[in-house]
Amino acid sequence: MSAMTLDANDRLLTVPPRARSATDLNPVLADHLATHGALAVPTRDDAGWTAAVRRAVSESGLLGRGGAGFPSAVKWSAVRRGGRRPMVVVNAMEGEPASAKDKVLLAHSPHLVLDGADVAAAAVGASDIVICVADDNGRTAASVTAAVAERARAGMDHRRISVERPPGRYVSGEESALVAWLNNREALPSLRIDKSVPLAVGRRPVLVHNAETLSQVALIARHGPEWFRRLGTPEAPGSTLVTVSGAVRSPGVLEVELGTPVGDIVGRAGLDGALSGLLLGGYGGAWLDPSHLSTPYAPGPLAAAGATMGVGIVVALPVTSCGIAETARIVRYMAGESAGQCGPCVFGLPAIADDLEQLAVGRAGAGVLERIEVRAAVVDGRGACRHPDGVVRLARTALAVFADDALAHARGRPCAGHRAPSVLALPAATTRDRWAS
Amino acid sequence: MLASHSTTIWYALRATGIVALVLLTGTVVLGILTAGRVRSRSWPAFAQADLHKRVSLLAMAFLALHVLTAVVDTYVHVGWASVLVPFVSPYRPLWTGLGTVGVDLLAAVAISSALRQRMSARTWRAIHWLAYGSWPVAMAHSLGMGTDASRLWMDALAAACTLAVGGAVAWRVHDHREASERAARTGAITRAVPVHRADRSAARLSTGDSTPRLGSTRPVSPAPTGAGAPVEHRTASATRLLEKERP
Amino acid sequence: MTTRQRVGLRVRVDPVACDAYGYCAELLPERVTLDEWGYPIVDGAPVEGGLVALATRAAAECPRRAVLLEQVLVPR
Repeated sequence: MSAMTLDANDRLLTVPPRARSATDLNPVLADHLATHGALAVPTRDDAGWTAAVRRAVSESGLLGRGGAGFPSAVKWSAVRRGGRRPMVVVNAMEGEPASAKDKVLLAHSPHLVLDGADVAAAAVGASDIVICVADDNGRTAASVTAAVAERARAGMDHRRISVERPPGRYVSGEESALVAWLNNREALPSLRIDKSVPLAVGRRPVLVHNAETLSQVALIARHGPEWFRRLGTPEAPGSTLVTVSGAVRSPGVLEVELGTPVGDIVGRAGLDGALSGLLLGGYGGAWLDPSHLSTPYAPGPLAAAGATMGVGIVVALPVTSCGIAETARIVRYMAGESAGQCGPCVFGLPAIADDLEQLAVGRAGAGVLERIEVRAAVVDGRGACRHPDGVVRLARTALAVFADDALAHARGRPCAGHRAPSVLALPAATTRDRWAS
Repeated sequence: MLASHSTTIWYALRATGIVALVLLTGTVVLGILTAGRVRSRSWPAFAQADLHKRVSLLAMAFLALHVLTAVVDTYVHVGWASVLVPFVSPYRPLWTGLGTVGVDLLAAVAISSALRQRMSARTWRAIHWLAYGSWPVAMAHSLGMGTDASRLWMDALAAACTLAVGGAVAWRVHDHREASERAARTGAITRAVPVHRADRSAARLSTGDSTPRLGSTRPVSPAPTGAGAPVEHRTASATRLLEKERP
Repeated sequence: MTTRQRVGLRVRVDPVACDAYGYCAELLPERVTLDEWGYPIVDGAPVEGGLVALATRAAAECPRRAVLLEQVLVPR
């Protein structure tokens, strides 16, 4: 067993034991092997090994780190070899603007992700691994491509590995959209009535995993489920990557133990001033009021508070910012990121954005709060994917967490914070406030 | 051949042609009304569409009879080729040919509608627009053949059909223009939508900002300074955070 | 104690295929209403008896084949 310490900082984003030197031919691979040790993945179907690794992942209780939090072992069971060899898709799209964990992970430990992809491929009998990196993310693509080349030179992988570059839009990373792009070069989500039927590229079943999930798989395959469960809580084991931003002195990606209080996570990034709220999960996530700094960062406690871990972002909103205005900006961005396939999303999200923008500047008409709630209820759940659902959750939690503020705005007395520059990561076009006076 | 029945067939040829023309007129008018999206509880849209489909089937049936009688009739020689190939008929090639053109267009419309689920909505709609071409062709064929054209009742019939289609088209153009003006004036998507049918592509255009189809390989958002920049900043600071922890 | 169940039908709409023609709401107002933009809001209650024929017709008449009939278990 590895002599790794059990601090959450030292799992996925481990410090390599020796400094890189300019003469090292394969610096990253060598560091990776020195830190984590080699991992023997069978090249041919090996029923014993497959059963053992499936059991390990199942007992570890690993949940997906791509947003849905779906048990990884269950996903593997759904992808069976039925005539056609499956393929493994590594989802490194990370379309969430506030999230940088996959970028950091792939810059720092690409081999851990590739190891995990190899393990998953062997476990489901896949012959191909496809790594999807957004077309506007050159840095990650370069890191991944270099790592793949290193492994090829070292004769490590025996499956076909390729890197694909789907468009870097918000919904392109959604599972069905990603697979749709691999099929016909259009990253459009589709309605999935029966989620137990796996997605397919052509006739080949596809196993899609977030990059971070696969890095966890690589560690579980090496050290076993008990080791994985030494961190975290019984219901939420292990560590996870979180991108902290907003009112913090050192925004960035942290590896944290599940169950850590949210306040500790924000504190590690250097909490800078009093907060008016916290945004968790993603731009389709939920606002929490600052009392939730004491809430453990784990699926159960967060769900009880009305939030999820999502793609692992925590945005700390300072009291100098306006939660309504920031929500309006996010909703406008998300409306623009609609795939444009479903009426309720195409029409409903801009309508909610209109109302939120008017509310933010204090120029909304009577009944705006009720109208937002009504439209949120109408739009919820009526798209092919969960994009509108996320926006609805964001809007509803904003009106709840910033209730007093919302009332004042609705009465034509907006707070001063709505003029403050945004603390959010949003593409340039959105940060040019459409209502700038 | 059927020399003793040639008069019957000759009359059947003209009668089925006239009935087909009237039914085609009805089909076109119903089609325009359905597309115009005017509906009420007693005039629901599904019934308009259903009626349009049924009348079109009747029109096709009479058209088929008309074509069949034209080919078997010995009084005029049209030939089997003329059923689908225009302007090759020995008898009055131009006016018969126009009839053939009408048959060709309507055959395309009929086949595409039968296979509607196998093609994209845009393709189906493009082919269906050929129907608009089939009506004037049918009318020209009817009048040009001349057999009954000089009779008053035929003239009255032709005028009534023309008025019906012309009126329907004029109404549709006006209604569409009004809806577009309404959309341009109000601007916001929610109010731009015609009450009964949401036209997503029109709505996107009316907001002055086209939502591009995903899947283009060129970054479509304001990419260089777009999604990349703020996140790159975060990544850089994240890496700095990690650098600090390196020995 | 096991609940006795049988197979029933439920109306669903494929939101990607739907183009807001609204025929489904006209044929089956008991289960489908339209939102402010003309798109269907579907009541997930099972369709029984006389509604089954209307639901089947709604599925057949939809120009985009967006109306789906799903088999579900319903209590007896």
